[in-house]
Amino acid sequence: MSDAVSALKGASFDGTVTVRDAGLQGMITLRGDQGSAKMTKAVKDATGAAKPGQREITSSGDSGAAWMSPDELLVMVPYDSATEALTKIDTALKGEHYLAVNVSDARAMFEISGAGVREVIAKLCPVDMSPGAFEPGSIRRTRMAQVAAAIWMTEAGTIRIVCFRSVAEYVYGLLCDAAEPGGEVGYFA
Amino acid sequence: MLILECPYCGVKGEETEFAGGGEAHLKRFGPGSSDDEFHGYLFSKVNPKGVHFERWRHAHGCGKWFHAARDTITLEVYGTYPAQTTEPPKDIKDKISAKRPGWSWREFA
Repeated sequence: MSDAVSALKGASFDGTVTVRDAGLQGMITLRGDQGSAKMTKAVKDATGAAKPGQREITSSGDSGAAWMSPDELLVMVPYDSATEALTKIDTALKGEHYLAVNVSDARAMFEISGAGVREVIAKLCPVDMSPGAFEPGSIRRTRMAQVAAAIWMTEAGTIRIVCFRSVAEYVYGLLCDAAEPGGEVGYFA
Repeated sequence: MLILECPYCGVKGEETEFAGGGEAHLKRFGPGSSDDEFHGYLFSKVNPKGVHFERWRHAHGCGKWFHAARDTITLEVYGTYPAQTTEPPKDIKDKISAKRPGWSWREFA
């Protein structure tokens, strides 16, 4: 087996916020009937977290699940346990109409932290980032400049971004540019 | 700029997060239909000044197709509704009637 590396091999940048490649993350796309009890069990078995409601993200330790669309969830587990989690999902959903695929290597994840994270995202996405409108616990799939991305807050002052690995360098560049010192707007201050 | 609300994920987003998909409620004429019907299905699209029904896709979000009722003059969005329907829902029709009495669009009024 070759050694897996994240898209930007842990690159980081210190600007108005700290931008860093969040490293390898196990991700499983899970599609199926979200209303079914088996789906709830599959998410619980794989991550230990509850099945997220509409536009929500749940977590348990270093695993979690995010609502992507009415029939799709993103299951997040440590990179090395993605295969194991996939087996648990397959077991829990046996006989159901569903689709579960390990997409860990198709994605890249970034983390930005600091006081100005809301502003950095607001510069790049058409999303209301004001406190109260976007808070930890919710996930938003949107457009980041020219590409698709999903963003959520792990806690106040920390935002994680997931995008396709093929555009990882582009997204990293966007984030660094938006966090360039001297570019503070202070809108959410 | 249009502010659309995706009926599937409840996200209120601006137009660039979505992708327009042309006229809504098209009736498909495929094999077995007359040349005129097929021609009409392919090419005869309305381009109204006022009330219009369109298909939109939440391209950068949940990826679902939905319908939107909007006004091409004021850019007001009367409402959005799921694509699994052949007719605009009554509450959206009522809302349009309140703003534009006597409106009509293809077979709907």
